[in-house]
Amino acid sequence: MAALFKARRALGMAVGHGVRCLNQLAELPELHQMMRQTCRDYAQKELAPIAAQLDKDHKFPAKQIQELGGMGVMAVEVPESLGGAGMDYLAYCLAVEELSRGCASTGVIVSVNNSLYLGPILKFGTEEQKKQWITPFTTGKKVGCFALSEPGNGSDAGAASTLAQQEGNEWVLNGTKAWITNCWDASATIIFATTDKSLRHKGISAFLVPMPHPGLSLGKKEDKLGIQASSTANIILEDCRIPLSNMLGERGMGFKIAMQTLDSGRLGIAAQALGIAQAALDCAADYAHKRTAFGALIGKLQFKLADMAFAIESARLLTWRAAMLRDAKKPFTKEAAMAKLGASEAATFVSHQAIQVLGGMGYVTDMPAERHYRDTCITEIYEGTSEIQRLVIANNILKEYQQ
Amino acid sequence: MLPLRFRRVTMSARVLVGVKRVIDYAVKIRVKPDRTGVVTDGVKHSMNPFCEIAVEEAVKLKEKKLVKEVVAVSCGPQQVQETIRTALAMGADRGIHVEVSGKDYETLGPLQVSKIFAALAKKEQADLIILGKQAIDDDCNQTGQMTAALLDWPQGTFASEVTLEADKLKVVREIDGGLETIKIKLPAVVTADLRLNTPRYATLPNIMKAKKKKIVNVKPADLGVDVSSRLEVLKVDEPPQRQSGVKVETVHDLVEKLKEAGRI
Repeated sequence: MAALFKARRALGMAVGHGVRCLNQLAELPELHQMMRQTCRDYAQKELAPIAAQLDKDHKFPAKQIQELGGMGVMAVEVPESLGGAGMDYLAYCLAVEELSRGCASTGVIVSVNNSLYLGPILKFGTEEQKKQWITPFTTGKKVGCFALSEPGNGSDAGAASTLAQQEGNEWVLNGTKAWITNCWDASATIIFATTDKSLRHKGISAFLVPMPHPGLSLGKKEDKLGIQASSTANIILEDCRIPLSNMLGERGMGFKIAMQTLDSGRLGIAAQALGIAQAALDCAADYAHKRTAFGALIGKLQFKLADMAFAIESARLLTWRAAMLRDAKKPFTKEAAMAKLGASEAATFVSHQAIQVLGGMGYVTDMPAERHYRDTCITEIYEGTSEIQRLVIANNILKEYQQ
Repeated sequence: MLPLRFRRVTMSARVLVGVKRVIDYAVKIRVKPDRTGVVTDGVKHSMNPFCEIAVEEAVKLKEKKLVKEVVAVSCGPQQVQETIRTALAMGADRGIHVEVSGKDYETLGPLQVSKIFAALAKKEQADLIILGKQAIDDDCNQTGQMTAALLDWPQGTFASEVTLEADKLKVVREIDGGLETIKIKLPAVVTADLRLNTPRYATLPNIMKAKKKKIVNVKPADLGVDVSSRLEVLKVDEPPQRQSGVKVETVHDLVEKLKEAGRI
């Protein structure tokens, strides 16, 4: 009798959890709806009006980042004890999407700080490291960055040529990191360097380095196609000395830390892509309404809008599901890769079609369509190119069918 | 050393804030085909902007430790709980949902709402009521004034600045002629105008805390209030379509045209 009761209770809990998951897909829980609305309000009132100017001026939105820090958005998943909002990853994805809908650059600044900087320290850091490297970075006054890519290797992350050698009670770092988002505005970075070349990707370790720091210098800011308000540049390490206690995780764990971090980080980018795509759709649909008053609505225009909305909604559900799997501590690598692939390809498609809908107006800076088009290109490249995502998905599928 | 009277009033001061759920300001309003009202189904609703300012002022007073508790109140059907929760996320301590639905809700107006507030003020032993100066759907600008009258409390309406000075409230009012400063004794009713403050965005930790705060359900009958309306809406129409103008060549022609139209 007791066993039956236990079994029924377990089933009830499993069904309840499953039902909750399904419910979340149908309609978000009230908590998430409220925070989504607050981020949407902020993006509409504070980000959207200045996004075009920030892009033109290549200006880091310091005031807005501090305000977002005050709202808890710069450290969504960080527990309250460390200064964060203590919410889940689904909430974080919703926040990034809504903010990116207002300004794509702000979205990526928030995403990099949350997923690529705070994320790995939260997961692999010691209690001391968490206090030192997390708490000051939750307020928006300081942001962090993530230095994995090098001029010689992007997708091939295991071939890190940046070296870290132990000299007494210090690590000495030498090498160059490339394409580092946030670096000109960051106060700390996580650097991935080879500690044992013979072990190849198992010989890479992760290091926490404050910025500025002797031996660490920044290359010139890249002049990018889009997301101009966020800085991107090389980080050059020349005899950069840091204490031994600055190693994140254990020696040789670097590659694993990077890959796991990117698994989550790509959901942040998926959310950013969704936000930009939604902004592009808003622009196109609004314009389509106004144009029909003067002439007949071309049939193909309606189909375009339908395709755009469908692409966004599909990618959004994939993103939510991957986030919920992560929150439930279930494997989510395949789903995260699908979400990033789906969302970034949807974003480039939608933003391109938005220009088509606007015609000539889509090509000029008077309307935001051209900025969305420029902003979306990068979503298919960073945190794992679309090609890499396909590899990840394929590997997972082959494993599933291997038996 | 603050006078005992003042300390008694403010250290345990309770503020009631009214929050109304209205159609969002950015929505394009459409009249229902039967012309009995506007379309509300499936339309985005949010807290009345002046009510947001009222909540912000109350929360600010609490942060300055000038009041002890902020209670958010809303009258309407189940959906107004969202509006109360938004107030809780901004920093209110608890909520009261006065259940009014169906036909009663459609005809709910300032007279009934002010009676409800007056009854609640007595029941909750409130020291201060802060309301938005008006709602953006009916633009009545009556509830605050009526509530004060029913309670026989002083009122500071169209407030653009509120300061607590001893046991009095100094209110700077925005009036047609400029700014008027008055001093009123607590308990009092204040209605918030646009420039009183800039409402805060709900922070994520506060949204989480709001979930645990209590919202109590109350019926108008429990407060001894009859919500039946003394007004009947005959019809609702869109504003007249803007007509195209006429260009004239000379001032003489202008005068002629104005005479023709019976304007002069």
